[in-house]
Amino acid sequence: MDLIQLQRQLVDYRTSLYHEGFLDEQFTQLQSLQDENNPDFVVEVVSLFFEDSERLLNELSKALEQQIIDFKRMDAQVHQLKGSSSSIGAHRVQKLCIVFRNYCEVHNVEGCLKCLQQVKHEYGIIKTKLESMFQLEQQILNAGGSIPV
Amino acid sequence: MDSCNCIEPQWPPDDLLMKYQYISDFFIALAYFSIPLELIYFVKKSAVFPYRWVLVQFGAFIVLCGATHLINLWTFTMHTRTVAMVMTTAKVFTAVVSCATALMLVHIIPDLLSVKTRELFLKNKAAELDREMGLIRTQEETGRHVRMLTHEIRSTLDRHTILKTTLVELGRTLALEECALWMPTRTGLELQLSYTLRQQNPVGYTVPIHLPVINQVFSSSHAVKISPNCPVARIRPAGKYMPGEVVAVRVPLLHLSNFQINDWPELSTKRYALMVLMLPSDSARQWHVHELELVEVVADQVAVALSHAAILEESMRARDLLMEQNVALDLARREAETAIRARNDFLAVMNHEMRTPMHAIIALSSLLQETELTPEQRLMVETILKSSNLLSTLINDVLDLSRLEDGSLQLDLGTFNLFAVFREVLNLIKPIASVKKLHVSLNLAPDLPEYAIGDEKHLMQTILNVVGNAVKFSKEGSISITAIVAKSELLRDSRTPEFFPVPSDNHFYLRVQVKDSGVGISPQDIPKLFTKFAQTQSMATRNSGGSGLGLAICKRFVNLMEGHIWIESDGLGKGCTAIFMVKLGIPERLNEPKLPFMPKVPTNHGPTAFPGLKVLVMDENGVSRMVTKGLLVHLGCDVTMVSSSEECLHVVSHEHKVVFMDVCVPGMDGYEVAIRINEKFTKRHERPIIVALTGNTDKVTKENCMRVGMDGVILKPVSLDKMRSVLTDLLEHRVLFEAI
Repeated sequence: MDLIQLQRQLVDYRTSLYHEGFLDEQFTQLQSLQDENNPDFVVEVVSLFFEDSERLLNELSKALEQQIIDFKRMDAQVHQLKGSSSSIGAHRVQKLCIVFRNYCEVHNVEGCLKCLQQVKHEYGIIKTKLESMFQLEQQILNAGGSIPV
Repeated sequence: MDSCNCIEPQWPPDDLLMKYQYISDFFIALAYFSIPLELIYFVKKSAVFPYRWVLVQFGAFIVLCGATHLINLWTFTMHTRTVAMVMTTAKVFTAVVSCATALMLVHIIPDLLSVKTRELFLKNKAAELDREMGLIRTQEETGRHVRMLTHEIRSTLDRHTILKTTLVELGRTLALEECALWMPTRTGLELQLSYTLRQQNPVGYTVPIHLPVINQVFSSSHAVKISPNCPVARIRPAGKYMPGEVVAVRVPLLHLSNFQINDWPELSTKRYALMVLMLPSDSARQWHVHELELVEVVADQVAVALSHAAILEESMRARDLLMEQNVALDLARREAETAIRARNDFLAVMNHEMRTPMHAIIALSSLLQETELTPEQRLMVETILKSSNLLSTLINDVLDLSRLEDGSLQLDLGTFNLFAVFREVLNLIKPIASVKKLHVSLNLAPDLPEYAIGDEKHLMQTILNVVGNAVKFSKEGSISITAIVAKSELLRDSRTPEFFPVPSDNHFYLRVQVKDSGVGISPQDIPKLFTKFAQTQSMATRNSGGSGLGLAICKRFVNLMEGHIWIESDGLGKGCTAIFMVKLGIPERLNEPKLPFMPKVPTNHGPTAFPGLKVLVMDENGVSRMVTKGLLVHLGCDVTMVSSSEECLHVVSHEHKVVFMDVCVPGMDGYEVAIRINEKFTKRHERPIIVALTGNTDKVTKENCMRVGMDGVILKPVSLDKMRSVLTDLLEHRVLFEAI
């Protein structure tokens, strides 16, 4: 594919992500931090986010399967997830975490389970989308172009 | 002839005597039989007769007697033995019964007699009680009269009414012929007839007061019977008749001045009036004890009522006096106010009127200075300029002072840069000081807040005045200006015991000390320093200029700022130290989004805005830690990352200028770390700036951050621009604020 086209595709893709509320301006901030000294900043941060989130989601699933559910610990973990997602601008995930925390506070198991499912779902989506975006960027870089801001 | 059992009577039955006996016996029997019947009948009627048994006995006795006499009827003629037997039986019975009755009567008759005596006794008692009741009734009536009299007397506070009423009522109650009141004259040597009951216009009879009869009456508190012939009683036209008894009683006249505060007035100094009461002539009436008592009581009441009337008069007089005084005071006050207003108006107008020409003179003289002038002309112009400047200052001072004194000067509060004020003063004073070869040094305490709330202009004026005085009165040497935050031990200065400032959370006391090595002041002159227009002899001879108002104005300003100013000196030639303390506000730490004197933030968009700035980031969350690091690295900082509080405390050193810590993670105590860091670094300028990163904007979080001594709060997520501006502000000002 043409470089220009790739670039335009990337821009459109990104815009759509913002538009649909998957990402918010925090992600833009992240991107602005990337420069010659720090060329892979965004990717690094996002990868770290993926690792962190997956670990947290696994732990949450395990916690909800227990007989006696440790809501406090769960709350802490959801808080972590919320922090991470807000740091990179994963808007929908962050919103769901807030709801999740509310359920934890009132010790509502049903609600928590439901929320967990939703978070996992959203996380899945954002992961796929970001990975696609990175692939596009890689393609552009490979084609010798620069990533448009 | 048979022997018959008849008994023959002694006399033949046909004898006349026999006949009469026969008839008498018959009637006796009748009577005897009827008496018990009557008795029974009447006793049955009355219920109280206690001796029924006696009656029965008596009845039996009588019946038997009657029977005896009845049977006797048969014995006049020839009668059989049976009749004689019956007769004998009857007589025997009768004898028994009558003896028994006689015996019993011995017991009963004394009782019956005593009944009679008791009856007599009771009758006497009843008569006595009747008499007594009559007496009590009269007494009660008297009492009622007294009460009524008292009520009448006390119901008015008018002297004449009291006395008149007394006489009238007494006359009525006691049915007097005449009742008179003799009052002592002003001289006190005579008694004058003042009021009478019957006589309409008592002619001014007077009687000397030292008559024995009068003395007698005055010396006793009881009503005294006096002779109708004595002078006080002889006021009626002499009648041909027997005059009624006369009684006189004293009436104490209590004067206001007789009342001591703590004890009852001395009896010996009392004045008395005399009340004379006369019973109607030609009546056999005597003065009864209860009537005398009535009179005494009334006299006392009259005394009390009169004294009340006197007190009332006095108080009315006093009240009138007070009212007059009030009116006068009010007038005086209004006059004073008018005067003040007039003076203020005058001052304001004059000030304006004076300033306009002054400005003209000063302006034109300065312009003149710029033109070509001969040396003499230049000298003259300079003198004109100097004099007019002086005059202008004087006018300003006078107006300021008059406004200060009126209290119409208000402090113009605002936030200002304290350091800048001191620097300004220093700059202003430096030229003069250097001309005089004086060395001026300024020491500002490290804990002195850079910003304060107060009246900047007047504070500067005060400092300038004090420093200016120091410079003015020093020919050589040095001047040191020290400014510190007054601590509580220093606040209670032993030299100013009446000054008790209390520092609080929003205010602090600035203590400024200006020490010079000039001429000094002798201790006697120190109190005069702050009085208007007063100049000490030494100052005047120096011809130093100035109106002497400066320190007075300073003192007023300092007082307005709730502070205190004083001057110490060790004596002439030993220099002096001027110290003042003022209360300034501390600007609100977190709620001042716009500090008016903040210099413009350098919009440094270059990537390395803070080259090499060592920063410590504490965040448990790996992702956000990385993002924060990225931000700071982008801004050129040298970032160290830690993920726990122990690590943070371990790593933090004085090289780190800023510490960013995440405080919103539950379970991790960012506040605790802040406190520990504060403890670790005791000197404020060595301590790194601590900034909290939090996702909560609620008040509790902010307050907690403030409480543990953090310097700032930032809401996550942080943008690059925000981080940049935060760092700029923090490093520039070390001032607390919040960035959202």
